[in-house]
Amino acid sequence: MAQADTGERGDRKVSPGGLMALIGSTQEEDEMKRLLTLLALTSIGGAQVALANSDLQKQIDDPNQWAIQTGDYANLRYSKLDQINKENVGKLQVAWTFSTGVLRGHEGAPLVIGDIMYVHTPFPNTVYALDLSKDGQIIWKYEPKQDPNVIPVMCCDTVNRGVAYADNKIFLHQADTTVVALDAKTGKVIWNVKNGDPSKGETNTATVMPVKDKVIVGISGGEFGVRGSVTAYSMADGKLLWRGYSMGPDSDTLMDPEKTTHLGKPVGKDSGLTTWEGDQWKIGGGTTWGWYAYDPEQNLVYYGSGNPSTWNPTQRPGDNRWSMTIWARDVDTGMAKWVYQMTPHDEWDYDGVNEMILTDQKFDGKDRRLLTHFDRNGFGYTLDRVSGELLVAEKYDPKVNWATEVNMDPKSDQYGRPQVVAQYSTEQNGEDTNSTGICPAALGSKDQQPAAYSPKTELFYVPTNHVCMDYEPFRVSYTAGQPYVGATLSMYPPKDSHGGMGNFIAWDNKEGKIKWSLPEPFSVWSGALATAGDVVFYGTLEGYLKAVDAATGKELYRFKTPSGVIGNVMTYARGDKQYVAVLSGVGGWAGIGLAAGLTNPNEGLGAVGGYSALSNYTALGGTLTVFALPD
Amino acid sequence: MTRSRSAIPITLALSMLIAGVAGAEDASAPQDNIAVAREDNGRYYTAEDVPTFKIAGDGTVDWLTYSGFRRYHSECHVCHGPEGEGSSYAPALKNSAINLDYYAFLDVVTNGRKKVNAAENSVMPAFGENANVMCYLDDIYVYLKARGSGSLPRGRPAKKEAKSDAIRDAENSCLGNN
Repeated sequence: MAQADTGERGDRKVSPGGLMALIGSTQEEDEMKRLLTLLALTSIGGAQVALANSDLQKQIDDPNQWAIQTGDYANLRYSKLDQINKENVGKLQVAWTFSTGVLRGHEGAPLVIGDIMYVHTPFPNTVYALDLSKDGQIIWKYEPKQDPNVIPVMCCDTVNRGVAYADNKIFLHQADTTVVALDAKTGKVIWNVKNGDPSKGETNTATVMPVKDKVIVGISGGEFGVRGSVTAYSMADGKLLWRGYSMGPDSDTLMDPEKTTHLGKPVGKDSGLTTWEGDQWKIGGGTTWGWYAYDPEQNLVYYGSGNPSTWNPTQRPGDNRWSMTIWARDVDTGMAKWVYQMTPHDEWDYDGVNEMILTDQKFDGKDRRLLTHFDRNGFGYTLDRVSGELLVAEKYDPKVNWATEVNMDPKSDQYGRPQVVAQYSTEQNGEDTNSTGICPAALGSKDQQPAAYSPKTELFYVPTNHVCMDYEPFRVSYTAGQPYVGATLSMYPPKDSHGGMGNFIAWDNKEGKIKWSLPEPFSVWSGALATAGDVVFYGTLEGYLKAVDAATGKELYRFKTPSGVIGNVMTYARGDKQYVAVLSGVGGWAGIGLAAGLTNPNEGLGAVGGYSALSNYTALGGTLTVFALPD
Repeated sequence: MTRSRSAIPITLALSMLIAGVAGAEDASAPQDNIAVAREDNGRYYTAEDVPTFKIAGDGTVDWLTYSGFRRYHSECHVCHGPEGEGSSYAPALKNSAINLDYYAFLDVVTNGRKKVNAAENSVMPAFGENANVMCYLDDIYVYLKARGSGSLPRGRPAKKEAKSDAIRDAENSCLGNN
């Protein structure tokens, strides 16, 4: 660990052993379990399988690198690096910058493996390999040729959430759904495969997750009537190994009517068909563009499915399974072990795609394997990730009003279902009726912007939206490749709140309670990073990189980057120095909804608060900004 | 499309286009492309037979303007931002509805437009086969023109004229009684 020799710099000297002691025994045990699991896998699986898997795991386990978009397989976004800590973070300076040459919204983050940093861009999805040993010199650049007709089929800007690494390959999932494997050293194409058809509205914005000998891949297009799926391709040659759809017959969803469970009960035959009317499931949505997680011990991959199509609930009677669902699938077969549908028969566009964060914690005095998920619908869920048992479901924004609670009584026929408030039910109010004052808005109390978790505080650090909406559904007809929305929305900050449109919160997943909350003028659309230095980092839409105290939320540092931040903060170390990096480049859903500002209910109908226009704060442009402490 | 529109001479269209280009945001818009000259079963037209909006003294908007508000926020909003205000990458259509001639506006919506080069990756899709857009083209156009002319504030129009039978029949016919 490079951090071992930082003592001469005036910062606290940290040895690898000391680092482990700081992190605490829980993390240490985790490490041991992970190691044991890996050893077990190595002895059971084939040589090739184990190699690819353990190689990436090894890269991930080196805190000097950032080898996977999510920080690790558990989605913790936690780094053991502690040279930058709460005492000295205020002295942070810009070390170097890099312009991506692209203007649209920049989500995701760069990777660092060895001496190379991999930087991606929105469409045209350029990838740069930068040599960190030579001041960021460009080793190779890959720019795919894509039909620009994919651009307008992408709902909400042409963002891309970054590349993935495994087995000496860089995996890029392009906007047009081409998955390409590049030689990590040369940028040469090794294989490529087409995951979807953009002429039907199938596109991609997400990263992929390399697991064992597979690359797990999702799809976007819920606003175009795409039927969502998750696909595993062979890491070696791009061959399709399995595909599980979000809805349809069991043979499509890869469900076993007896063995696959929903809240502990078998799902029954063709549950992805019988909860739909007619053929609506064929254009049923439930797309899969979030951040995936993987538990090597359970051999399960976890992810969420998005909204059912259309946004007009009256056009699709039934529970619309398995849209809006947390999925646990076997990595090798794709078979679903358990599912949990959070928002049956969605009436608000509360996609369930947000990340699943896997932690091992004591819950009610017992060691539990937990899964924590901050859903667009405004509820923070804690589940047992082995069994899918629901443990906690509480609002992580007090303004959430569309449901009173999630029923937690296993004996009730409402078990696990949100208790919808009639006033805010766009289904009960009906087509062509404007339902007003619904919180959260369609973009959710949180969208894809990933939260972070610190094992030291056992707190989750969550970037959130603080926005409400009016929602009026109406009838629409389906045309392949055309938007299939069917609702009119207007969005605004909640009444009787701080007037801003975001909060950055610390969340206790065992109690289901907010520990502290920092008001932000705009939605926080940047992925958080927690570190062993007791610091939490996040970006803001005006363009600030902020560092706050992990215990109290006290702001310790801010720097205004060249454009609004919708990228995720990452960290790495080289030699004796820790770096923190973030992509700025405003855009995405946030750039659409907030560019001109939202209407402000506090100022009366139609009035707009000038302060609320994001265009008054920032302009387009992709830049990577890298920070470090001064020498 | 089952509705037909009266063709106008090319020279007239050109002169309107030139006049339109000069018009910036708000009140500087050419009044002859806005002022109501006649009504036809709840639809309003300028002297040049171009669809336009009508907003009464008490803020009551014509049906098409209200309908345009709804359709815009279903079909256009995900790129062009709320209320025609534009997004981080797509133009403010409230200005386009003023600056572009009606027929040029229809052309862009129907056939799309591409600006793809080193600095820009801007693509407007062709909506010509999308009934959810094409059956409400005039609605969206007059709504945006009302926004761009400064006559209609942001937010949902509070009061609207009733939907006329003629408008209802045209809608059903266009959508194929969907």
